[in-house]
Amino acid sequence: MISIKNLHAGIEEKEILKGFSLDIKAGEIHAIMGPNGTGKSTLASTLAGRNTYEVTAGEVQFNGKDLLDMEADERAREGLFLAFQYPVEIPGVSTTNFMRAAIAEKRKHHGLPPMEAKEFLALMREKMALVEIDKQFMSRSLNEGFSGGEKKRNEIFQMAMLNPLLSILDETDSGLDIDALRIVANGVNKLRTKDNAFLIITHYQRLLEYIVPDFVHVMYEGRIVKSGGKELALELEEKGYDWIKEENIVQ
Amino acid sequence: MLQDNDKILEDATNSEYKWGFSSPIDQEFATKGLNEEVIRFISGRKDEPAWMLEWRLSAFEAWKKMKQPKWQNVTFPEIDFQEIIYYAATRKKPTINSLDELDPEIRKTYDKLGIPIKEQEMLAGVAVDYVMDSESVFTTFKSQLAEKGVIFCSISEAIKDHPELIKKYLGSVVPVRDNYYAALNAAVFSDGSFVYIPKGVRCPMELSTYFRINAENTGQFERTLIIAEEGSYVSYLEGCTAPKRDEHQLHAAVVELITLDDAEIKYSTVQNWYPGDKNGKGGIYNFVTKRGLCHGKRSKISWTQVETGSAITWKYPSCVLKGDNSIGEFYSVAVTNNFQQADTGTKMIHIGKNTRSRIVSKGISAGSSQNSYRGQVKIHKTAENAYNYSQCDSMLMTDHSGAHTFPYIDVKNSTAKVEHEATTSKIGEDMLFYCNQRGLSDEEAVNIIVNGFCKEVFKELPMEFAVEAQKLLQISLENSVG
Repeated sequence: MISIKNLHAGIEEKEILKGFSLDIKAGEIHAIMGPNGTGKSTLASTLAGRNTYEVTAGEVQFNGKDLLDMEADERAREGLFLAFQYPVEIPGVSTTNFMRAAIAEKRKHHGLPPMEAKEFLALMREKMALVEIDKQFMSRSLNEGFSGGEKKRNEIFQMAMLNPLLSILDETDSGLDIDALRIVANGVNKLRTKDNAFLIITHYQRLLEYIVPDFVHVMYEGRIVKSGGKELALELEEKGYDWIKEENIVQ
Repeated sequence: MLQDNDKILEDATNSEYKWGFSSPIDQEFATKGLNEEVIRFISGRKDEPAWMLEWRLSAFEAWKKMKQPKWQNVTFPEIDFQEIIYYAATRKKPTINSLDELDPEIRKTYDKLGIPIKEQEMLAGVAVDYVMDSESVFTTFKSQLAEKGVIFCSISEAIKDHPELIKKYLGSVVPVRDNYYAALNAAVFSDGSFVYIPKGVRCPMELSTYFRINAENTGQFERTLIIAEEGSYVSYLEGCTAPKRDEHQLHAAVVELITLDDAEIKYSTVQNWYPGDKNGKGGIYNFVTKRGLCHGKRSKISWTQVETGSAITWKYPSCVLKGDNSIGEFYSVAVTNNFQQADTGTKMIHIGKNTRSRIVSKGISAGSSQNSYRGQVKIHKTAENAYNYSQCDSMLMTDHSGAHTFPYIDVKNSTAKVEHEATTSKIGEDMLFYCNQRGLSDEEAVNIIVNGFCKEVFKELPMEFAVEAQKLLQISLENSVG
């Protein structure tokens, strides 16, 4: 689904990703863990196409296309979704209208007519239930005045609505209480199919108790330094990140 | 709504000013320049009674002694008032009884503007007065309105048919000597709309005037007068466009509203005069005096304006809250792009007890434009327990555009309560990226963010107008992020 090779990227003059490589196949869940400041969020933003990050080397194939050749909006319409660590508030724009516009654009991109209003509302209802969001949130301004947990649930709701091929969750678990965490994880588990994939960026092992990854990668100084199965997450939880740092200094 | 959105997107892809054509209509003009003879010509051409001519001439005398104001935050070269043609009208001005008798070129013009007269009349149930250059062309739905006692006609007709109302109210809210352009208008106004809603009548449909400048080198000086008798209600809409021309054209209108006890007037404007090209060449100077007098107790006047056009917009729709417990409202969206300038806002003059006013202003500046909000809240000594709430938000689309806020607050009564909030924001990279990440292009992202920003104002507009306003905003802001 996505193949990242030797990706170098940074902000202004500072290189943050230093030769990041990773392959994700359809049906897989990958987790990326690592200490603060190792470039996890930079990876998420760079893949999503944020202009403030500059790619200096490497290549990324997404579903058979050159990802780096596309603008952020085209990447999204091609099926890449980023659940933001800090979702943005847009005053005066309801979640309903926002989603209606986003879905219409995606469908147009794939040569489909706009969704019938009835079908759209049914989809909304189904996905609201999935993330246990009350319908009053749908008419409120997007993320405005939402609590941290509500914002994250709203991200998962949007993900469910847009039905992406690859979903990147950027520290979606940070700041969530145990109930919200369960709801978010539950949403991801229900959305998982053999045709889509997830890249879960997290700091803690906690989320991975609910979403069981096929692969866990440890990121340090802008690239993956260790990969393993779900047990690697437990090991990290137990031993912390210091041994990773030491290992990499020795190398 | 989905289809509307698609249409908006399609329209946005060709962001040229679409209303910039002119029509080959056989017209008659006054000689260029301004003098007593020209005023006599206009008055005579309109068959006016002697008292009206006298009124015009006294306004002209007053105007000659006045000076052009200089305090506004806009710049333009000195206007040569002798270079303007003050009257242009279709040569044929027969009495028109039905739409079929309308000059086909005029029909075509309105069709091109996307407001087919017949269709609009049939579908929307909106009564429309069409004003081209100096003359009212046609008013729809007259007879149905007459059944309710509502008078909706051109002001020229009203001068002839309802002189008692004109004598009583014309110039009663905006006096002849009020300001330089109001005096000029009083001297040379050629047409405009007149509305009278009798006691206790709720006007059964929206009333609307569509203004169109067609002729070259002409100024448009229309005058609108709306009177709402006790307990009556009317919603009035105003739209306007003009052809693309390299020269600036002057539009100096006067609008007067009067509400008696328990009456309400809701006045909505979508202003889309030609704004000039990308380099600031051409465009309309829109210097307008709009004022409402809440004369009666518990009466209400509400102004809603969406200003996207004109090279320079300079106007302050105001409310004089004379009646106790009367209410004034002002909702405004002003968009400027390229080299457009806007200095707009409102005045809320509290005189009566328990009077309330609300101001919501949204300014959007793109390109190299300058956008100013200027508002005055004046609480007189007599205005016990007056209350004002003002909110002025500005959004900058580029680093080289400007937003300015000039609030003037003058309180003479200690029981008054005045609240003012103001914000300025640059359209954020984080907001745009968030929208991009959901599949929206920059243009669509701007559209959705700006519409959200203006929501409080748009919700005050009648439905069809709100859709039109959204389209205009999108077209005005095409390629504006920088």
